[in-house]
Amino acid sequence: MAQALIEHVKKHCPGAVLQTHSQFGDETIVVDPERWLELARLLRDDPECDMALLVDLTAVDYPEREPRFEVVAHLVSLRLGHRLRMKARVGDAEGREVEIDSLTELWASANWAERECFDMFGVRFRGHPDLRRILMYPEFQGYPLRRDYPANRTQPLVEYRQVENIDKLPPFGPDEGMSFGRQTHDRRTSRDADGEN
Amino acid sequence: MGQVTESSTRIVEPQGQGFATTRLEPMLHWAQKYSLFMYPFVTACCGMEFMGLSSPRYDFSRFGSEAPRFSPRQSDLLWVVGTISQRQAPVLRRIYEQMAETKWVLAFGTCASCGGFYDNYTTVAGIDKIVPCDVYIPGCPPRPEAVLDGLMLLQDKIQHGDRTPAVVKPRFDPVADPGLGLTQIRRPSRV
Repeated sequence: MAQALIEHVKKHCPGAVLQTHSQFGDETIVVDPERWLELARLLRDDPECDMALLVDLTAVDYPEREPRFEVVAHLVSLRLGHRLRMKARVGDAEGREVEIDSLTELWASANWAERECFDMFGVRFRGHPDLRRILMYPEFQGYPLRRDYPANRTQPLVEYRQVENIDKLPPFGPDEGMSFGRQTHDRRTSRDADGEN
Repeated sequence: MGQVTESSTRIVEPQGQGFATTRLEPMLHWAQKYSLFMYPFVTACCGMEFMGLSSPRYDFSRFGSEAPRFSPRQSDLLWVVGTISQRQAPVLRRIYEQMAETKWVLAFGTCASCGGFYDNYTTVAGIDKIVPCDVYIPGCPPRPEAVLDGLMLLQDKIQHGDRTPAVVKPRFDPVADPGLGLTQIRRPSRV
């Protein structure tokens, strides 16, 4: 069903669809980021597509790729019962110029999804009415879900108490807390590298 | 309710007229430990356990910790129940600062105690980085019995004027028992 949908999109927006693939009944199109909004409008308004619902909009960071980010939108037609995943690749290797058109004028649900995407990945949505952080606080520096954001970097809003050994305060010993967590894992791997184990 | 157990207390009964003498501080601590006015700072799933704990089945009002005050200015025991994110930390600090002296803090659950498995950019790894903490109750979520243990531990600390942090130990920890391997506690039919 959705394969016909992809053919329909290709026919009406020639050259905009760069890649398609389908797996386990899920159809995906990779589109030209410059024509992101145009394709979204076609998918929403064309009676043969009729994608009334934007389920989610997010991004994926592939640091080894150029363009580095993939913005992903999941669309559903409630009337026709088909789904489509639409992707566009944006941004250079340093994570600058990550820009794409906003879908807020087509789906109201894109508003918060795009704010979250901006908050976590730093994707800037052109034409978004209120593009600011939604989960993190305004003082937060950087974008936490980018792969080059250090996994253990926190940015506290209040100064931590002036106590010795603030990482593990008594009564907690150095091994307590998350024994399965990254800190233990890091310690173990560094020990392995030293050849002590 | 309760007993003044300090050794400074003396029961004196001259000619059938009974009275007791004690020092002021143990008397004051005794009064404080049975009239804890709590401020529930409930942020996450441990809150469900907290509700269960305050309902009749477990009922921590038996311990004189009955009345929740939703104004920090009228409370002296801060229950931090659940995960504290970095964004929420200033709120927690401010609530703590507004509370009446003398004040105590109780960390309910693993997240409040040390961050739990939220070892990431958004979570405070333990409320003790923001506010001093008196009793930690580990568990995800802790059993109501563990929380009652924690409350009684806090009362004991109040009675003795002890402000060093304490953690509620499990009532039975099979790993801590050297004679008992983990495989031994399984039922033979399932091994």
